[in-house]
Formats: sequence, C-alpha cells, structure tokens
Amino acid sequence: MGSLLSACGINVKKKKVEEERHLRANDREFNLSFKYANNAIKTSKYNVFTFLPLNLFEQFQRLANAYFVFLLILQLIPQISSLSWFTTVVPLLLVLSITLAKDLSDDITRHKNDNHVNNRKVEVLINGDEKWMNVQVGDIVKLENNEFVTADLLLLSSSEPLNLIYIETAELDGLVSKPVNVNMNLSICYYCVRCEPPNNRLDKFTGTLTMRGETFALDNERILLRGCTLRNTEWCFGLVVFGGPDTKLMQNSGKSVFKRTSIDHLMNVLVMFIFGFLAFMCTILSIGNAIWEYQEGNSFITFLPRADGANASLSAFLTFWSYVIILNTVVPISLYVSVEILRLGNSYFIDWDRKMYHVKSDTPAQARTTTLNEELGQIKYIFSDKTGTLTQNIMTFNRCSINGKSYGKRKSRKIDFSWNSLADSKFCFHDHKLVEAVKSGSPEVRAFFRLLALCHTVMAEEKTEGLFYQAQSPDEGALVTAARNFGFVFRSRTPETISLVEMGVPTTYELLAVLDFNNVRKRMSVIVRSPEGKLTLFCKGADTIIYERLHPSSSKLMEVTTEHLNEYAGEGLRTLALAYKDLDEDEFEKWKERHHEASTSLEDREAKLDTIYEEIEKDLLLLGASAVEDKLQDGVPQTIEQLAKADIKIWVLTGDKQETAENIGYSCNMLREEMKEIFIVAANTAEEVREELLELLRTACMCQAVICCRVTPLQKAQVVELVKKHKKAVTLAIGDGANDVSMIKTAHIGVGISGQEGMQAVLSSDFSFAQFRYLQRLLLVHGRWSYLRMCKFLRYFFYKNFTFTFVHFWYGFFCGFSAQTVYDEWFITLYNLVYTALPVIGLSIFDQDVNDRWSFQYPQLYAPGQLNQYFSKMAFARILLHSCYSSLVLFFIPWAAMCDTVRDDGKDIADYQSFALLAQTCLLIAVSVQMGLDTYYWTAVNQFFLWGSLSVYFAVTFTMYSNGMYLIFTSSFPFIGTARNSLNQPNVWLTIFLTTILCILPVVAKRFLFIQLKPTINDKVRQAKAVPPPLPRKFPRRRISTRRSGYAFSHARGYGDLVTSGRFLRIPVKSRPALFPHTDTPVP
Amino acid sequence: MGKKQAGTGPLSRRPDNSAFKQQRLPAWSPSLTPQTVLPTFYILSLVCLLLGIWLLITVEYTYELKVDYTDAGTCEQCFNLRKHAIDSSTPCKCTVSFHVPKTFPGDVFFYYGLRNFHQNLRRYMDSRDDAQMVGRKNNLKAPSSYCAPFDYDANGKPIAPCGAVANSMFNDSLTVMYNPTDGSKIQVPLYRKGIAWYTDKNVKFRNPPTNNTFSLQQAFEGTTRPLYWQRPVYELDDIDSNNNGFINDDLIVWMREAAFPNFKKLYGVLNRAQGPFTEGLPAGNYTLSINYNFPVEPFRGRKELVISMVTWFGGQNYFLPIAYLVTSGLILVTAVVLTTVFVKVGKKGKNMEE
Repeated sequence: MGSLLSACGINVKKKKVEEERHLRANDREFNLSFKYANNAIKTSKYNVFTFLPLNLFEQFQRLANAYFVFLLILQLIPQISSLSWFTTVVPLLLVLSITLAKDLSDDITRHKNDNHVNNRKVEVLINGDEKWMNVQVGDIVKLENNEFVTADLLLLSSSEPLNLIYIETAELDGLVSKPVNVNMNLSICYYCVRCEPPNNRLDKFTGTLTMRGETFALDNERILLRGCTLRNTEWCFGLVVFGGPDTKLMQNSGKSVFKRTSIDHLMNVLVMFIFGFLAFMCTILSIGNAIWEYQEGNSFITFLPRADGANASLSAFLTFWSYVIILNTVVPISLYVSVEILRLGNSYFIDWDRKMYHVKSDTPAQARTTTLNEELGQIKYIFSDKTGTLTQNIMTFNRCSINGKSYGKRKSRKIDFSWNSLADSKFCFHDHKLVEAVKSGSPEVRAFFRLLALCHTVMAEEKTEGLFYQAQSPDEGALVTAARNFGFVFRSRTPETISLVEMGVPTTYELLAVLDFNNVRKRMSVIVRSPEGKLTLFCKGADTIIYERLHPSSSKLMEVTTEHLNEYAGEGLRTLALAYKDLDEDEFEKWKERHHEASTSLEDREAKLDTIYEEIEKDLLLLGASAVEDKLQDGVPQTIEQLAKADIKIWVLTGDKQETAENIGYSCNMLREEMKEIFIVAANTAEEVREELLELLRTACMCQAVICCRVTPLQKAQVVELVKKHKKAVTLAIGDGANDVSMIKTAHIGVGISGQEGMQAVLSSDFSFAQFRYLQRLLLVHGRWSYLRMCKFLRYFFYKNFTFTFVHFWYGFFCGFSAQTVYDEWFITLYNLVYTALPVIGLSIFDQDVNDRWSFQYPQLYAPGQLNQYFSKMAFARILLHSCYSSLVLFFIPWAAMCDTVRDDGKDIADYQSFALLAQTCLLIAVSVQMGLDTYYWTAVNQFFLWGSLSVYFAVTFTMYSNGMYLIFTSSFPFIGTARNSLNQPNVWLTIFLTTILCILPVVAKRFLFIQLKPTINDKVRQAKAVPPPLPRKFPRRRISTRRSGYAFSHARGYGDLVTSGRFLRIPVKSRPALFPHTDTPVP
Repeated sequence: MGKKQAGTGPLSRRPDNSAFKQQRLPAWSPSLTPQTVLPTFYILSLVCLLLGIWLLITVEYTYELKVDYTDAGTCEQCFNLRKHAIDSSTPCKCTVSFHVPKTFPGDVFFYYGLRNFHQNLRRYMDSRDDAQMVGRKNNLKAPSSYCAPFDYDANGKPIAPCGAVANSMFNDSLTVMYNPTDGSKIQVPLYRKGIAWYTDKNVKFRNPPTNNTFSLQQAFEGTTRPLYWQRPVYELDDIDSNNNGFINDDLIVWMREAAFPNFKKLYGVLNRAQGPFTEGLPAGNYTLSINYNFPVEPFRGRKELVISMVTWFGGQNYFLPIAYLVTSGLILVTAVVLTTVFVKVGKKGKNMEE
C-alpha cells in the first residue's frame, strides 16, 4: 500500500520515530536540522494527477464495486457470458461517476480551506509578517486580540494582568479562559525547550524550558493550542512548539469513529445472506442444468453441438457462473448508492427546517453526518447534559429574603436602575420595595448586598464599554451583578483588597482571608476589614449548612427565612443562605496564625484547613437568602414530556451536584411529584459507577428518568457505553460542551447544542442545533420520517429486485437451465437504473405517513422505530416470500396465457421476444402499482416520477425496438418490432391486467385486514386524519412543594487560590483607563 | 451542508420558507379505508367475471384441431427412418388421415407444432447472425462467431444463413387434402406467404442487394447452405421466386424463436378464393401428406399439424377466460371476508379507539 501510494506520487514520509522534541527559540537553523513539520497543513486527499487513479483504487476496494468488476470479468468469458457487457458496465460507470463527482467536490472544498488557512498571516518575531504555512517550529509569534492561534504555542507572556489570557476554543475544548503564570523577559529570546513528541492528548504536555541556565518545568497550563481564538486579550507571545500536522488539533482530527446505523449492520447481514441465497439458487439451477444436459441435452446435440470437450458436468459448472451473472440483481448493488442519496436528501431537509432554526442566534439545524438519519427514528435512550443543554447556563437573581422580608414577587414593572451609573442594563428585577429599602439605608439590606459584593471569587474587568465580570460559575456572576445593580458595585480586586463602589462611594475593603468553597463545606466565606477598621466574616452557602452554624439569636429569623426558602424552592429556584459575623481583632489574629500554620503544613493540608475554617464559621448572624433562577431553555419541559410519551428514556448526566440536578429534573418535568423512588448513583470512580450501574441497570432501565450526578466526561461516555452494550438499544447523547464530547462520540447519535460553551460538542456531533427543544422535532418528525422512508425504501427495493430476479429462476425450468434471460438485456440494464430508480427515490424522500403536527400530537407513533418494526430480518423474510409469490404470478400467468396462443392475425406471439416484452411489462407495471400502494404521500413529484418512469419505459422500449435503431446497431437491438407487434394485442393487455390484479389485491386485502383487526397506532392516526389536530397544549408550570436548596457553585474549586496566591503580586497590573476619578487601585 | 448564504444579517442563515424545503408540498394521501377498499374489490370481481365470461364465449367459438403426425398413419416408417442421421437425405413421404368435426368458419390458419424442441436455449438462441440476415454484404461472407460451429463448413466456406437456429429449420412440407363424401380429393389451398411479422419481413430480414442483372444466386455466391438443409437459401421456395433468400417466410417464422419448448408456428393460411373453402374449412375427412424430413425422435419430440381459427383474442386459449373467472371468484370471496370483518370489527370503530 505504501509503495503503491508513493508510486502514485503521494508523499509518504518515512520519519524516524521522534522521541523528544528539542528546539531553540528563534534559531531557525538549529530547529530546521530536526526537520520538524512546518505549519502548513494538508487535509486534502488528492491532487490533479492522483485524483483519478487513487479515487478509482479506493472505490474498487468497496465490496459492491468489486462485485461489479467480478461480474464484468465473468461476462467477458464467452462460455459463461449470459448477458452483454453493458448490463454491468452502465450501472458501474454511473455509480463510479456519482461517487467520483462527490469526492471531487469534497476535495476541492478541502483544498480551498487548506489554502485559506495556510495563507493566513501572523507576526513572527524575527521575520515580521509571515504566512502560516511558513511558520517554523521555534519561532516566536505575536498574537493579537481575536486572532486564531497559529500553532501549538508555549505561552510566554500576555498583555493581561496575572498573565491571564482569554481564549475561545472553537475547535478544541470548552475552556473559556486560561491563566498563565510565566513572566519572561522577551528581550532575551534564547530559550531552549525540550518536550514530548507530537501526540493527540489535549490535556497533557510535559517538557522543560531552559533559560539562562535555569530549567523550568512546563506543563499543559502553558500551552496554547491551535484551533483557539484569542479573546479579550490585547496580545500575547508564544513559542511555536508543534506546527501544522503535529499540532494537537491535527493529531486529533480524522480519527473520529465512523458511525454506522443499525440498519447498516442489518443490511450487511442481509447482503451476506443474499450472497448465500444467490449461491443456493445458482446451485439448484446448475444441478438442474446437469440433469437436463444429461437427459435432454445429449439428444439435442444434433441441433446444438457442444463445444469441444464439454459434457454435462462442465456445462453445469459454466451454468452456475452464468446464473451468477443473470441473478446478480438479487444482490442490491445500487442499494448503497441509493441509500446514500436518500440519506443525503433527508439530511438536507433537516438543514432546511425552519422550525429548527433559532432566530436569536441565527443558527439553523445542521446534519453534520449524513449517514445516520434513519437511526433518529429508533432512539430508545437519550443522554443529556444539563448545563447549557437543558438550561441556558444563565442565572438570574430572582428573589431574596432579607431580614425576614421577601422581595421580588413578579407583580410590578421592571425597575429602572438609571440612578446607578454602574448598573448592568441587562439585569432586571421587579420589586420596587427592595430599591426603596436600599435607598433608605436599611442596614440589613445594605449588609446583604455588601456580602454579595464581597463574598465571591469573581474577577472584574473594566473596559471602555463598561464593567465585566469573569465568574467561575454563572450563579456567582448573577449574585455579584445583583449587588452591582442595587448599588454595591464590585469594581476590582487585588490579592489583598476588594474595591467596591457602595451607593456611589468608592470603598476599599482589605481582604484578609478567603475560606474557599468545596464540596464538603458547601459554603464560602471571606474575612474583610472595612475602611472603618471593622473586621467582618461574610458567609454564603447551602441553607442547611448555614443554619447549623447560626447564633441562637437568629432562630426566629431562621423560621421566617425557611418559609421563604421553601417558597423559592417551590418555584424551582436555587437558593443560598447568607450570614455574617463581626470578628474580634484578637480572636482573628489568633485564628490567622493557626490558619497560616495549617496552610503551610505539608500533610493533610486540606483537612486541617477545613477544621480551621470550621472554627471561625460559627455563631453567624443570618442576613437572609437569595434565590437564583437557573433558566431552562425554552420548551424544555414540553420537549421532555413529549419524548417521554414517545417512550424514550431520558438520562441526565451532569457534573452538578445531586440537589441541583434533582432540582432541574423537577423543573423540567422529568421528575414529578408522583415519582416515588429516586435512585441516586453517586460514586467516585468509574469502576464504582459501573458496578453500581450494573446493579442498578435493570432498575434504572425500567425508570422513566434517570439522573446521574457528579459524573466526569469519561464516566458519561462509560454510562452510554454501558447502556449500549447491555440494552442493545439505540442511544442519543446531547450536549453542548467539551465535557460532553466523549459521550457524543460514544452514543449512536451525537447531538451538539451550538451554544455558548464553544463548538467542540458541535464539531464532534452528528447533528447540531441551537435549542434543546428542537430535539423533539428532530426525533419525532425527522427521525420518524427518515426511519419510515428508509424502511419503505429497503422493503420496496428488495421486493422489486427479488421479484425481478426470481422470474429468471422460474424460466430456468423451461429453457433447459441454459441461463437464458427472461427479459431483454436492455431492460435488465435499465430496470434499476432508469425505470424504477426515481419513483423509489421519490417515495423515500417525500413520503410521510402523517404530517408533523400529528407526529407531535401522538408521540406514540415513534414506537415502531424503537422496536425495529418496519425493517428487520422478519420483514426481510416476508419480502422474500412476497417476491416469491409475485414472481410466480409474473412468470406463470404470462406463460400460461402465451404458450399456446397467437396474434389476432394468426401470427406468432409465443416467441421469445414477445414473451420477454410481456414479462417485463407485467413486472414493471406490477412493481409500479406496488409502489403506489406503498406511497402514503402523493406529491406532484411522486406522480411525476411514477408516471414519468412508466412513460419513459414505453418510450425507450419503442425507440429501442424501432427500425432505425436496428439498422444502425443491428446486433445490439434484435428486438425490432416486438413492441409494435405485441403491445397492440388485447390478450397481452388482458394478461398484464390479470398479473397486476393478482400481485396487488392480496397485499391490499392483507393490509386492510390488519387495519381492521390489529390496527397500529399509525393506522389509527391515518384513519383519523380527517379531523385537524388540536393545537399544542400549553404546559402549566408545576409548583413543587418540597424544598430543594442548591448551593450554586460548580463543584470544581474556584479561583480562590489564584486570587489570593502570592504569585499574583509579581505581576504588575496594567493600569487601565479609569472610569472613575476616585479609583484607588492599589498598585504594590 | 451548512453553507452560509451570501448575505449577512440577522436572519441570513434562515432556511427558505418553501413548501419543498419545509416538506409541506401539497399531497394526496390515500389510505385503505373500507369505503375505498370494499367497493374496489366488488367492482374488480365483477369486472373479472364479465371479462371471463366474454372471453370464454369468444374462445368457445374458436375451433382448433391438432393432428399429431409424429408416428401416426403411415409416418411410422419415416419416423424410424429419421432416427438415423445417415439416411437424412433419403426422402420419405407419408400420410395421416383426420376428421374435422365442425366447419371452421372464416379464416383458418394452419400451424406446425413441435413439442420438446428447445428453441429457447441460450446457446441456441445466440447462434445466429442478424447482421448477416439483414443482407449486409460484409457479414454475408463473414458470419459472426456466435454462429459457431455453424459459421463455416468443412471447406471453410461461410454458411448463409449461419448458426444453429437456421440450421435446424423445420423442413417438413405439409399438404392437406379434403376428402368430401363424394370420394374426390381436393387439395386445401394455403397462402404460404404473409405469415411472418411485417417488421420481420421488411426490416429485420433482407436479401443482399440484387438487381436485374445480378441475381439472388449470384449474391449468395461464395456461401454455402446450412448443413442440414437440402436446398440453398436462395432456392427455398420453388414456386415464388420473391420468397427466396433471407426473406423466405418460413425461414423468418422459424427464426423468431419460441419462448417455450412446446410451440406452434404458422405454416399457411387457408386460401378461401374458391371451391368449398369460401366459407372456411368444411367439416369432413382430410388427409395430411407429409414430406417427412424433420427428425424428432432424437430429442423425444412430437410434431403436429394445428388447424385453428382466430378471433380478436387470438387463437383458442382457454387459460385467460378461466383465470379471469377464478380470479373473479377469489376476489369475491376475499371481498365477502373483508366485508364480514369490517362489519363485525371495524364498523363500530372500536378498533380505532386509543
């Protein structure tokens, strides 16, 4: 293969395996000596010269095409050839050229993309502007805001404080920002880097950097990957480590798993079976031939001498191969091409669907994989991510309870925050009493918002357009924004201070300690010193946790607040309790010492710190509670209810905590009050999850809904794998973020939500759209139709080909098993290609059993797909029997009608050519009527295709049997005059009519009986169609009675560490254009 | 997929709102309702019944008579003689008597029938050269290799017409004598031309070009007759010289290979110009005299003379009328079953409930 490819001009690099990469910054000569790949990429497969040979070589590797070639070779052997070469060559050429055209256009697109990417410009430190493809390993490049990352870079420095850079990861993973902590002097550009060879692991990088004799360890934190875009960062410098094909992006691409649908697998099995069946038929016929030759053939040699040395057994052997040629149509070669065409068509319908187009983000739905459509109609399990998929990942501050008073009932109009020049205009709140309380100076209310403004790990960024927050979790952002709008604006932070603007007055608090959040603590606190010198601990956390640590004096307030909390939880909000405590200076000093001790201890630091935190977070005074709404995406509850009705099991796999996940489960209708048993899978390692799941799998699979909390991306994939393996069901995974990629790739169908969390989920998905609610349309409408169409197509396709072929089989018994065809060779050539191609494609692209509104009205219509009812081995066996019956009718009726009859003028009509014409016309009309019977949705196109194909048949037949054609191509068209002489005979048409009736009416009767006796839901809906479907119901928002509080942080540790770390100090914070005259940014 | 459209703007990627793209094409969606299915069955049953009766009546008045002369009458000797290929050139004549019970009114057609003769074997059917028989000069002397081994004779002379089909042409000649009760013998006059398809006679089969000075025999010079033939192709008909060469009607009829091993081919049409035959073939006794050439014993075949009338529906063919009547009955039974099921189960609409 390799030698062949290089012979074809393909550049196969035989490189030594690279063990370690060694490079020097800006030293091109040194770096070039290693012959590392430069930054040019090549995703195209062919060039002008290699296209034809390579593409053909690839195509002939496919079984179907190879089979064609095999047939062609058989046909070239005169003793075997029972059909002319063109019967094989014409379809083969057609199939080849269609594929050729498709591959060509694909490759041209790839060439264009490559050129575009390779010619992008980037500033290289030593050469100035350089095209991407000329960038070498070891170059230092400067990236500016909104530029694409050129190659895999080792980050050297950035314009931002803390050397943070912000990147949008369009093609890689979902990271939003990336802190880099290296500060290096660019004037000495002499770094020496040793690192690992190129690989495809996105999360790992090891290497060392030597600079002025000092060696530093490098890890993944400092690597900026190609495929990202620099955002909100003025500039950064990076050293090219991997270029072009060595980048992690390229190393990762092209290795995606090729997904195949269950129908594909079934088809492969069936094709194998058909091969066996073909061999079986040919064997029977060749045995028949041996017997015939022995008994009859010997006596017929007077008229037809045998070839030299031939006898009955050789004749039987040759006949076997001759029949392989004749009966080859039983192996559906054009099936694969047709299946691709109709999947492509159905994919286009998904792309074109306006009802899956999201106006706000201008995103249409996209079928990224065009080979999986029908599986959308067979989904049994949906695995959904939560954040960004079910929810918008937007948190809004909705309600709060301060000092026993509840605010935020949605009854009045929006509050105008114009009095606060720093307010975020997007924030809205509806209770004027709260504004009045703030303005009037209520100490509790002010303390409440002060807490929100101080107790968090959000980073502030001031830009000319205003103030922006970078929050670890969106709920923190929501709380800080709320405080901002109510006059307690968090402006900036340093490791030791937090600057606020309190009701217009700039105030700086000294930040003494951050008691960070973690899963066990479920709370976070800060200790600050106010400008007046007062020491205060502010704490927010899950209500149960806070309640345990309250001072007894708060007990009364606690009761009231609890009521409010219950109310908020009932509305599906995420709640937090807020408390504070004034600290003694002495007490704090002592605590601080112990804290320092603990934080510097090497053993059990975490546990010790927790104990220390515990000591100070007690006797708190309750301030109140906040309630944040985790906004669901539009239509999520309805969608989930619909999917549940379609008997699709929905599993939510989320990294969130149990409470949060449960909460969402309730609010989006997945969990309902009447559901009693909730199994909780909470385990720490993959093995445990698997064990627990295996135990629970039975139970879980009986459940309507399953929620898995705290699962890592890998575990998500494992859960999917588990269900795939043990349930043999078709699974769909839907997600929006990088953490869903593994799950999306594992599931039979991966759906990406093109949302805010980057594009990686979309890029590894098979289908993508902007909103979760489009899933129901994708499955219940497009999926169902695609499945229906595909199955109808397959059933019809097999039927027409089997029927076509079996007639030959029966004729074998009358023609001494001599491999004589029943039909004209041209009919054999054109039957699949022309006469029956378009109607069946029209059927399988346009057919609808019921329209989309009915599909929504009766989600139960989805069930047949899940149960594989429309196409299975059983269905295939039925098709086989049906074809057998049809072919018997189609052969023996014309045989009996014709064998002893004459024309109305006494001349011959029982001749071979007339019989061939009669048989093929009967066949074509019977299968066309069968097609009509299968068509549920007669569009003008269907009518046109069907009538058009029949007309084309007669037109082509009359043309090919005309005098002119015969006189020009005498040996190719020996059927001259047959059409004229037999199609004007009444008995011919009476025969056609009789065969059609006998082929069709049993089918009609059977279908009618089934509709009457055992109607499927489908039949019922089709019969009831006269009544227009009612409009979709509105779903009332459910009230939930039990309280579910959720601490809103994500389960990962926050920025707390970074915010307070000493490293922070080494970086000069760049001063920015001040928004306020009184900015007192402390610059150490 | 997902190609961006040219325009930019808030809705630039919105798909078109066409009925085609939104799959809302107006369509007719029929379904199998009792109101359509049951009447269809009854009507079709009736249609088949009427057709069946009509055809049956037609066929009842179409007379056909088959006379198997393989080894009947005095033909047994000839039958035995033809067992041996050595005596193939020895002429043999024989006669068979038969009785026509009813007068065949109108046009009467005389066929020769062969049983168990496989004209439909693939190698047999391929063994012909249409290009030669359409009279092309080049092909006349260079027959297609498909004709092998009947393409050249032992001396390397091209055979015209070549191939196994032409070689095995039926070469019995049949004469039918009418024996009225008065003891006389009248030969039944037959048209021996106009028995082939018009297209075959005029397009598919043509003689090599001839003119007044260049006779057919000269045109065929350099070729030889097929092995089993007694006469060359340009002397097939010694009465009508225009019926010679590739356009000989008997040859054309033979060259239209039968689809099945039992077949009959038109031999002649009764000439009703004179005598007792103006009204058709009268009832009475007949004698068939045969120049017995065609051997059928080797392939265990039979030969027969078929005398038949023809209607708009062709010859006597009982299959279609009976098939239609049976079909009609089956449809009726099915229709009754379907109606019963519908009345018992479907009518109340219970089966359609959710």
